[in-house]
Amino acid sequence: MSRRALRALPLNLAALVVLLASVFPVYWMVATAFKPTTDINASTPQLLPLHPTFEHFRTAVGVDGFWRFWRNSAVVSLGAVVLALVVALMAAFAVARMRWRGRQAFVLMVFVAQMAPWEALLIPMFIIARDVGMLDRLSMLTLIYFMATLPFTIVTLRGFLAAIPPELEEAAQIDGASRFEAFRRIVFPLLAPGLMSTSLFGFITAWNEFAFANALIIKNQDNRTLPVWLSSFGNVFGTDWGATMAAATLFMLPVLAIFLVLQRRVTGGIVAGAVKG
Amino acid sequence: MLTEAPPSLAPTTRDAPARREPRFRIAAAWPYLLVLPTVVGTAFLLVYPLVRSVVISLQHFRIGELIRGGATFVGLDNYREALGSRELWDVLLRTLVWTVVDVVLIVGISTLVALMLARLGKRMRLAVMSALVLVWAVPVLAATTVFQWLFQSRLGVVNWALTSIGLDQFDGYTWFADGVATFAILVLLVVWQSVPFAALTLYAGLTTVPDELFESARIDGAGAVKTFRHVTFPMLRSLFGLITSLEVIWVFKCFAQIWAVSQGGPDGATTTLPVYAFQVAQSLHKYDLGAAISTITVLILLVVLVPHLRHLYRTERAEA
Repeated sequence: MSRRALRALPLNLAALVVLLASVFPVYWMVATAFKPTTDINASTPQLLPLHPTFEHFRTAVGVDGFWRFWRNSAVVSLGAVVLALVVALMAAFAVARMRWRGRQAFVLMVFVAQMAPWEALLIPMFIIARDVGMLDRLSMLTLIYFMATLPFTIVTLRGFLAAIPPELEEAAQIDGASRFEAFRRIVFPLLAPGLMSTSLFGFITAWNEFAFANALIIKNQDNRTLPVWLSSFGNVFGTDWGATMAAATLFMLPVLAIFLVLQRRVTGGIVAGAVKG
Repeated sequence: MLTEAPPSLAPTTRDAPARREPRFRIAAAWPYLLVLPTVVGTAFLLVYPLVRSVVISLQHFRIGELIRGGATFVGLDNYREALGSRELWDVLLRTLVWTVVDVVLIVGISTLVALMLARLGKRMRLAVMSALVLVWAVPVLAATTVFQWLFQSRLGVVNWALTSIGLDQFDGYTWFADGVATFAILVLLVVWQSVPFAALTLYAGLTTVPDELFESARIDGAGAVKTFRHVTFPMLRSLFGLITSLEVIWVFKCFAQIWAVSQGGPDGATTTLPVYAFQVAQSLHKYDLGAAISTITVLILLVVLVPHLRHLYRTERAEA
């Protein structure tokens, strides 16, 4: 081994430790999901799923209500994202492209809203939902997730908008396009990637949310979302850890897919959003 | 940033002249119309619940008032009751320990990982970064489920590993029956989930520090620790500040992980302030007391938040 490689050894070992510590729990989840029950129950755990099986996935998917909860989660998340996107696009345009009194106050309000202590709002939300008859309703969750993702969406979209030179729209307007048309034809296509990644982050937030789904869906258990259902895995699967891990894997899958799509944008986008505010 | 097109360039339309006048006024109203949905949403879904929470904390609001309505104001009674109970102070102390332990571990490990990433070869760096992104992508509830499986008493892989290196007391050890053990697992879980964001952000910040600075530090004979103290840290001071305050906020108000794993148990060993507020309201139906505890939570968060918001506001003004 060359001297340089030897010097780099501790560093690479540390990297390996970080790598293993990060990946192992995820690996163990997926590996368990693919192992036959006899292997899971073996007194010496098997590191590799040597006899892979889809049995546990079949059990998880076959459980009464799995698809309903999956659909509930998808409907709530998509609804919140679409709503946040439309509302945020309007606000971001006003902030990035127009000059008006109160603009700075509005931006400050968005910043403050981004920092909202949602966990402290569980109790009033429960009472408000009860007052207006929205308890056990998916639409209530949609509204809350919409509001929870809205500030972030405004801030990032405003950043993307600011990066598009306004001269492009002006040129289009000189050529006779209306302001709306200039936006739709010129800005919107340029904005599409930004819209895409922003909405995917919103989707992940809503898809993962647990506290409100847990507190606001009480009597009508059919309206539960996946995270709440998964949190009660003991009641659903008992000690069937294979099926439990299969369900957790299926729950993670859409998020993982989104992260793969966004791979490059992930760090840059979040950092830009976080540092710039 | 140009905003409105000059009037002379405004597109001429074939609208009836009668409609010209109001149109002009509408143009001035446009920005307000565009932000209206956001303002309305914030008012109803954020400001109103916050105000409602404070109002409930000043009322007598139990199960009876929830069903029949007609809550009466009782002044600061709920705050007196909350602050007068030993339990709240225990919870506060526990929340402080929880926050400090988590944040110190998160920021410490993330800094080391970021510094490590900067020194790694290309391929190893990509591998570690991919692993961090993978962890980042794991949903909270998937992570809590997996950690419960890892630390399972009979078939859990952690107990097997500890037993096989000779620690026989972990044979069939029930982690979730012991308060300290459950607390430790939750710390591990939250740190594991939080390091990726902090480490990747710090690494992104590190790459913006000019190489010349590190070089001149090396020429001056500074070791790794000195370089970090006198070059890296001062250059990234605001980023460190931002990450620390964000992590303090996230860890302090952390709810989902704790609730899903232990619901604050065993025996209250993992009951932090947000968990406590929810317990008091949902299990004991003392919505008033729960709201008071929530308000106290928000007030504590504000202390952490205000410097952060002031910083944001200042950069915003500087840009405008």
